[in-house]
Amino acid sequence: MNSELLGVIVTFLLTVLLAYPLGGYIAKVYCGERTILDFMKPVERLIFRISGINPAEGMNWKQFLKAMLTINMLWFVYAFFMFLLQGHLPLNPDANPDMTPDLSFNSAISFITNTNWQNYSGETGVTYLTQLFVITFLQFVSAATGIACLVAMFNGLKHKTTENLGNFWQILTVTVTRILLPISIVIAVLLAFNGTPASYDGKDTYIGLQGDTVQVSRGPAAGMIAIKHLGTNGGGWYNANSAHPLENPNYFTNMMEVIAQVLIPMSLLFALGFYIKRRKFANVIFGIMTLGMLCLVIPTIITEIHGNPEITRMGISQATGAMEGKEVRFGPAASGYWSIVTTIISTGSVNSMHDSSMALSGLMQLLGMLVNGFYGGCGVGFLNYFIYIIIAVFISGLMVGRTPEFMGHKVEAREVKIAALVTLLSAFIIKGGLAIACYTLLHYSNADWAFKPSGWLNNAGFHGFSEMMYAVTSANANNGSAFAGLTGNNIFWNVLLGVAIILGRYLPIIGPIAIIGLMAKKKYVPDSAGTLKVDSITFGAMTFGVILIITALSYFPPLVLGPIAEYLSMHH
Amino acid sequence: MSTEKSNKLFEAALVKDALKQSFVKLNPKIMLRNPVMFTVEIGTAVMLGVCIWIATGEKAQGSFIYNFSIFLVLFLTVLFANFAEAIAEARGKAQADSLRKTREETPAKKLVAGKIEIVSSALLRKGDVFVCETGDMIPNDGEIIEGIATIDESAITGESAPVIRESGGDKSSVTGGTKVLSDKIKVRVTTEPGESFLDKMIALVEGASRQKTPNEIALTILLASFTLIFLIVCVTLKPFADYANTPITVSALVSLYVCLIPTTIGGLLSAIGIAGMDRALRANVITKSGKAVETAGDLDTLLLDKTGTITIGNRKATNFWPANGVDPKAFIDACVLSSLADETPEGKSIIELANISKDTFKIDGAVFIEFTAETRCSGIDLVSGLRIRKGASDSIRKIAEKAGNSFPEETLEQVKKISSNGGTPLVVSQNEQILGVVELQDIIKPGIQERFERLRKMGVKTVMVTGDNPLTAKFIAEKAGVDDFIAEAKPEDKMNYIKLEQQGGKLVAMMGDGTNDAPALAQADVGVAMNSGTQAAKEAGNMVDLDNDPTKLIEIVEIGKQLLMTRGTLTTFSIANDVAKYFAIVPALFIVSIPGLQALNIMYLKSAESAILSAVIFNAIIIPILIPLALRGVAYKPIGASALLRRNLLIYGIGGVIAPFVGIKLLDMIVGLWF
Amino acid sequence: MKKHLIPSLILTIVFVVICSGLYPLLIAGISKFAPGGGKGETLLVNGKVVGYANIGQKFTLDKYFWSRPSAVGYNAAGSGGSNKGPSDSAYLKQVQANIDTFMVHNPTITKLDIPADMVTASGSGLDPDISVQGALVQVNRIAKVRNLAPEQVLALVNAHVEKPLLGLFGPAKINVLKLNIALDELKK
Repeated sequence: MNSELLGVIVTFLLTVLLAYPLGGYIAKVYCGERTILDFMKPVERLIFRISGINPAEGMNWKQFLKAMLTINMLWFVYAFFMFLLQGHLPLNPDANPDMTPDLSFNSAISFITNTNWQNYSGETGVTYLTQLFVITFLQFVSAATGIACLVAMFNGLKHKTTENLGNFWQILTVTVTRILLPISIVIAVLLAFNGTPASYDGKDTYIGLQGDTVQVSRGPAAGMIAIKHLGTNGGGWYNANSAHPLENPNYFTNMMEVIAQVLIPMSLLFALGFYIKRRKFANVIFGIMTLGMLCLVIPTIITEIHGNPEITRMGISQATGAMEGKEVRFGPAASGYWSIVTTIISTGSVNSMHDSSMALSGLMQLLGMLVNGFYGGCGVGFLNYFIYIIIAVFISGLMVGRTPEFMGHKVEAREVKIAALVTLLSAFIIKGGLAIACYTLLHYSNADWAFKPSGWLNNAGFHGFSEMMYAVTSANANNGSAFAGLTGNNIFWNVLLGVAIILGRYLPIIGPIAIIGLMAKKKYVPDSAGTLKVDSITFGAMTFGVILIITALSYFPPLVLGPIAEYLSMHH
Repeated sequence: MSTEKSNKLFEAALVKDALKQSFVKLNPKIMLRNPVMFTVEIGTAVMLGVCIWIATGEKAQGSFIYNFSIFLVLFLTVLFANFAEAIAEARGKAQADSLRKTREETPAKKLVAGKIEIVSSALLRKGDVFVCETGDMIPNDGEIIEGIATIDESAITGESAPVIRESGGDKSSVTGGTKVLSDKIKVRVTTEPGESFLDKMIALVEGASRQKTPNEIALTILLASFTLIFLIVCVTLKPFADYANTPITVSALVSLYVCLIPTTIGGLLSAIGIAGMDRALRANVITKSGKAVETAGDLDTLLLDKTGTITIGNRKATNFWPANGVDPKAFIDACVLSSLADETPEGKSIIELANISKDTFKIDGAVFIEFTAETRCSGIDLVSGLRIRKGASDSIRKIAEKAGNSFPEETLEQVKKISSNGGTPLVVSQNEQILGVVELQDIIKPGIQERFERLRKMGVKTVMVTGDNPLTAKFIAEKAGVDDFIAEAKPEDKMNYIKLEQQGGKLVAMMGDGTNDAPALAQADVGVAMNSGTQAAKEAGNMVDLDNDPTKLIEIVEIGKQLLMTRGTLTTFSIANDVAKYFAIVPALFIVSIPGLQALNIMYLKSAESAILSAVIFNAIIIPILIPLALRGVAYKPIGASALLRRNLLIYGIGGVIAPFVGIKLLDMIVGLWF
Repeated sequence: MKKHLIPSLILTIVFVVICSGLYPLLIAGISKFAPGGGKGETLLVNGKVVGYANIGQKFTLDKYFWSRPSAVGYNAAGSGGSNKGPSDSAYLKQVQANIDTFMVHNPTITKLDIPADMVTASGSGLDPDISVQGALVQVNRIAKVRNLAPEQVLALVNAHVEKPLLGLFGPAKINVLKLNIALDELKK
């Protein structure tokens, strides 16, 4: 058991050790300073030239968002039709069928938004063409979109007064060429050498030792698995995601994948410190986020290691911890750690089945997604955290008797309005969606859909409620992981979750960018003795308090009726 | 400052008036201005409906008594919030009324074509001219165009000592409602009826023209969004409970909703704003808007005139330094003689220091030499032929050297010493012979250093404006503890300094009284005009200090900060309260169908009904409990922003989490006797 | 809009070519040098593929070490777990049945000897491994069915224990397919 805990601790330390220098590198990339990958410059110049982009042309916040939304819309149309027609297109050795329109809608939305919610299973629901030319492609560019939006915020914070948040296309391009692609290649090669398939061959059939004829799904998976983690996407090549022994063959790849998914969100924090030259600010945020993560990880690992009390009552040994839905090669500690990392980071890949986690772990996973800002997804994590900062700045500004300001810019009614709206939105999507689901389940249990509501839930009672709550929470957080017992592939869930994903993606990006755009335009107010220092530990703690209170107050009742009731009933 | 003005928070008459108003304010149209409390009013109406429903035979909603209790408590919640606003308004109104009384129907001696005509003060228009004689009440704000008078301004300042107002210069303005004690003045009206400072102030403190400040608007938005979040919580709870097979009563849902939304701050928000204006008024400062008070809380830089602000009046003679071989007595006599005709404060102070009666000198037929910029000295030529001169050391030296007399070494040394100490040396000569030097010093007001130190801790930089040379200015600046100074200041220097600071993003305040201060007062973010100042200055600024106390700004800054802090801390307190309320209500809702949730009933509340009732009662009574705090404001301590935040978080954040646990438990012990 | 559409369109095409065309081809090319040539590492018995090293197989016969229960029956055309919550009553009945079956086939052990992984389904349904204890509790049964000395089987098990990564990180485990192949070879 000790080697399991040690494995988790070392994994985390390695992440920090890699993220710090990477943060410095990322800051240099966006500052346009010299880096070791400058040999990519001619490629980038060529891309800009044929696309008719002037990389030096700045954009204000409205132009920036327009550029971002336009290209995202284009990707949606492309992805939707590819999924819809995939059965008729090449690169389909396993002869998998087209998607239904509602599933195409859900899947297209899911991948352009970095969510990677999968209402299909990878072995049978998609083709190699869509896996590579839609999913892998979108895994790169959706991550780059999130990062680009964060860089826009960096630019707003860097200058005392500016309207120029940078050129969206330029940032998008270098994010792929300088950051995502190079690191993905390294990870993909390491995966391939540890047993993950990378060739284009289709299913294999063989006769096993006991004489059973079985098949194995394969495919060019390694490359996709690399970017799925690095870009905090999470969508698996196979149905079982990173619990699948080909997707995540051993403890080393497990460490690598779980490091890869935290790497960029964490290093973007450090990059923020380097980029705007306020290292202490970034470090305090890093500290608070880490604290938040630990608050979720520690109870999870403890409860998973202790095993299922219901099974303990049956009289068998729980020395290996709770193993339902988990893989022996990872064990409960690494599985518990991963389940929290993947939920706070909005990756949503899994190396164990969350639906079978202990009730307390389920609660922690839900909280991770409800906060959605402890490190958080590529770029969007800090954008989410920024909303909490604005609310904290506002309340604590009042508390010290000064018109609230953040980094020299006054926070006034407009900014508060946007921040409040974004906060409100999550509460609305999650609880509204869940309420609709409950209502439909109770009142239209025999509705004539692909899966009848009466058959949605794989578990009864509190856990069934958790399954539905997990789905809407995951959609709103753009996480993509699931309590997979919920049968989600029907028109109801495809549409409901699709809408939740769109709102949960774009408004929390538009909001912070608008705030930073509005604030950066304002007059710069230098610090005085009366100014609240946002890089102080006190302010960090205040932000943490705001996160805690907002999350607890907004979601206490449904959490009580789901995981908390399950936990208390099991330990009654 | 008139601290003796009523400081009691609840006077019987005010409370009575406020009680009446709390019912008047139940009108939904008025309630709508406060969205948080408006929704509570709707909840109350819903509960009334439920009570009627039960009375007509509904069985599933619990007992009538219980539902009616909930209805009553909710109704009280709304009333309490209305009362908070009403009492704050009543206090302001009481202040305003006492002011208004002084000027109701004052007869005005209007000057029409050279003749005096008695008209009502209400008929005076801007530009009219009226006359006031001894014993007359001044009917309206105006500017003296002729004459000089002593005026009793105690009605508005509370200061009993009369003040002198005269035409021309910076002390020409008079305020309506004050009384002429002696002499006669001709005054031109400067404001239209109903627009004088008093009128504006009355309107402001009565809340009629009170506009929400930017911070208040932002906070209202935040509170509204919290309210919406909790509305969603409660609405969605119904299908969730259906899933869990738990019936939920209307009263439980409404109670949960009312408990969760920030009623505490919502109910006190407008009271806090009104009380802030009221506190400013109690400090004898009339503000033209609530925004100005809030802005004062954000100030970065404060411009102060040296004279009268940092130093007491003008320079004073502090020492006589006779030259070697000169009889000290003779030297002092000469000094006094030279100053007899000198009406400047410096001249007067020399006579004061000498302590010799003017009458001991015979100066019949003497010729006084006036000070001119060219000669830079003044003096007296006596009939006896004695010529005494007093002036700047170099000009007197010139006179002496021209007559072939030397300038004594020790006097020269003394002159240098005085200069470097921030003083002004005045050399005195008699018949072109140097007698010695008089030392003039600025006297720094006692306690001023502490006040500047306090401002510094608040984050406000103080800048002294003076006409002195840089050396003297620097000395005084250091001695008084100001952060910066503008020496040899011309009027446009102030303006430029303010603009420069503002370009750097700073908020600048300045105090002024002269007409030539008006542009700078207008440019400054907070311009505080002295009530004794000119009309132009008062128009240009956004506050008027009735006490003419230039360090009043410290109080204003603190009032501004208190205003924000009170809002911030009560918001935090209000939201933090919700934790305990959840732990009271949520287990109560589900404990029957989910027995495991008993573990969440950490307060061991007796029954579901008792728990819910205790929570709503706590939610209601916390409003009147906090009214005194809302009216007085949270104490401001200049200990730095982070320390202040820690302190307030500890008291109002952690305190806000703990207090309701205790309160609800205690209430439950009582309520539990019946439910 | 149009100003944004053209660059968006071209950028999209460029990135599809790079990320979806060139990148996977590059990885596929490099993986030719990896064990299994990028197609998955297979295990051979008598030159015939009997399975993939990383993919678990169903073992229900008493003569083989059993794998863990699987929600997909070890058919690697798909994958997945049971997705049963820890308190679900149907699930708990299933686990109880698994324990009972295990006890019937391994009469020499006590319930406390059974590690949880042997009666609970894995996340992928294709778990190639069992815990060391999971193998140890089956030693007596295997020895009896195969007429081997328990010590001999025990030695085989111990030889197949895969240590934690670098001996430090993660759990120890045993690959069931490899162990069973070795078991078959032991008999000869």
